[in-house]
Amino acid sequence: MLRYALKRLLSLILSLAVASLVIFLVVEVAPGDPASFMLGVNAQADTVAALKAELGLDQSKPARYLAWVTGMLSGDFGTSYTYRTPVAGMIADRLWVSLPLAVYALTLSTLIAFPAGIYAAARRGKAGDMAVTGATQLGVAVPNFWFAMMLVLIFAINLRWFGAGGFPGWEAGLGAGLHALTLPAIALALPQAAILTRVMRSSLLDILGEDFIRTARAKGLTRRQALWRHGVRNALIPVLTIIGLQFSFLLAGAIIIEQVFYLPGLGRLVFQAISSRDLIVVESVVMLLVFAVIAVNFLVDLAYALVDPRLRSRT
Amino acid sequence: MTRNLILGGLLSSLVLLAAAVSFLWTPFDHSAMNIPAKLQTPNAQHWLGTDHFGRDLLSMIMVGARTSIAVALVAVGIGMGAGVPLGLAAAARKGSWLDELIMRGNDLVFAFPSLVIAILITAILGPGAVNAIIAIGIFNIPVFARITRGAALSLWEREFILAARVAGKGAARISAEHILPNVMNLLIVQGTIQFSLGILAEAGLSYVGLGAQPPTPSWGRMLADAQTMVSFAPHLALVPGSAIILTVLGLNLLGDGLRDHLDPKLRVART
Repeated sequence: MLRYALKRLLSLILSLAVASLVIFLVVEVAPGDPASFMLGVNAQADTVAALKAELGLDQSKPARYLAWVTGMLSGDFGTSYTYRTPVAGMIADRLWVSLPLAVYALTLSTLIAFPAGIYAAARRGKAGDMAVTGATQLGVAVPNFWFAMMLVLIFAINLRWFGAGGFPGWEAGLGAGLHALTLPAIALALPQAAILTRVMRSSLLDILGEDFIRTARAKGLTRRQALWRHGVRNALIPVLTIIGLQFSFLLAGAIIIEQVFYLPGLGRLVFQAISSRDLIVVESVVMLLVFAVIAVNFLVDLAYALVDPRLRSRT
Repeated sequence: MTRNLILGGLLSSLVLLAAAVSFLWTPFDHSAMNIPAKLQTPNAQHWLGTDHFGRDLLSMIMVGARTSIAVALVAVGIGMGAGVPLGLAAAARKGSWLDELIMRGNDLVFAFPSLVIAILITAILGPGAVNAIIAIGIFNIPVFARITRGAALSLWEREFILAARVAGKGAARISAEHILPNVMNLLIVQGTIQFSLGILAEAGLSYVGLGAQPPTPSWGRMLADAQTMVSFAPHLALVPGSAIILTVLGLNLLGDGLRDHLDPKLRVART
């Protein structure tokens, strides 16, 4: 197990190194240098040069890459070109909105998908199953930002249960914060819940066809007992993988949903940074999202290997 | 399960038809403003109503379908064009450095959700439909590479491939002549699914302003325009939203139906 974990860790580090290089190279080929952009078209050449030196843009590309990567490792993401504040601080502030939103959405989608998937699998082919399966078809077809707009229309504008957008900050209290994140979280959770329900249903159906379920039934367990005692637990393994994968999609998907609700999260930060050519912020946010995906995959792999020893010998 | 196939086929062809017809005819000029007729709800003259500039929504939806279809189709093309050969090559040289390189490269692309790729590309090249295509297309490559490799690997173990090898055919020729035709069904099904995901992705990118730019009509941007007016003109959001949902639903049903239809094993197992 330790060998397997080390091997996976090595590949994690390698992936991160390559990803950072790709991001850096891609952003570096961007036309227009930030210094002249910030100072405008009428800037004197020496002013631009001075600002470039101040931002560290006059160094060679390899030196800047190394500075960026080593900085990130020590928690220093550099200084924003436009705001002149540390990028790490800006990201941390925004992460306090985006991360709870993603976790909230993940919780909701799990709470919806587990019962729905189990219900559908237990009533395979009957009306209840058809209804759930039909709902999931619709769920994956609905764009979540459109669903978000409909939620605003119904629950914020007509019923006035929630605000139409904005975030009071966690200083206003946990309740107020969660209240503001509820509609965004529901919007974000919908397509994921639909996918997860399908996975839960089909995984459980696979398990219910296994010999050990038949054995359990032969021992005298009712269908319901066999389903709950032996089916659900075993069906959870593939479902957990999907949950892990979904987390990164939720974090990225939050970028769009934040736009609908005017939430001050990573999404807003990255769009502002793009329009002001604040490349260091774009680089860092993208790197952070990619890190989240790679790290979550790594953890899912490890959890998988813990549960299923056969996987350790593979790869 | 032919019900899926029929319903999905009908919905998908309806959208294709709307897009095709829009080249020849739309009820009104999709970009013609008519302020006195603004914000009308659906009526006899404007079947789906009008927007805040008095533009006919049905015409905009029809022309917008072209953008959605074009972006998603080309993106699937990029994904298949690059992903399928990579997957075939990886399977043909299973376990070699080439296989390893291709699969690790895939993992790397998978780590960049399409939205993140789009953000990177827009940061460099600026927003636009072409850049949205590239972003969605790049994200499609590992999807097709992985599914092709997986299916091809099991085919390589089969007797008819062994026979082809004994007959002296090289790996490239076997991949093209024997493996590819046998994974085609799988690719068609996956292509339909990626196509529907592409429509959703395009709408999302256009909504946040990273996709098609004015004056190119796009469903996502229609939704972005509708957002501030949704309280007094909900049809502005309902119309493009329904267009997206019906298209994606149709394509997904078509994909499911095709899978059941093309894979007889599944058909038996399902019943």
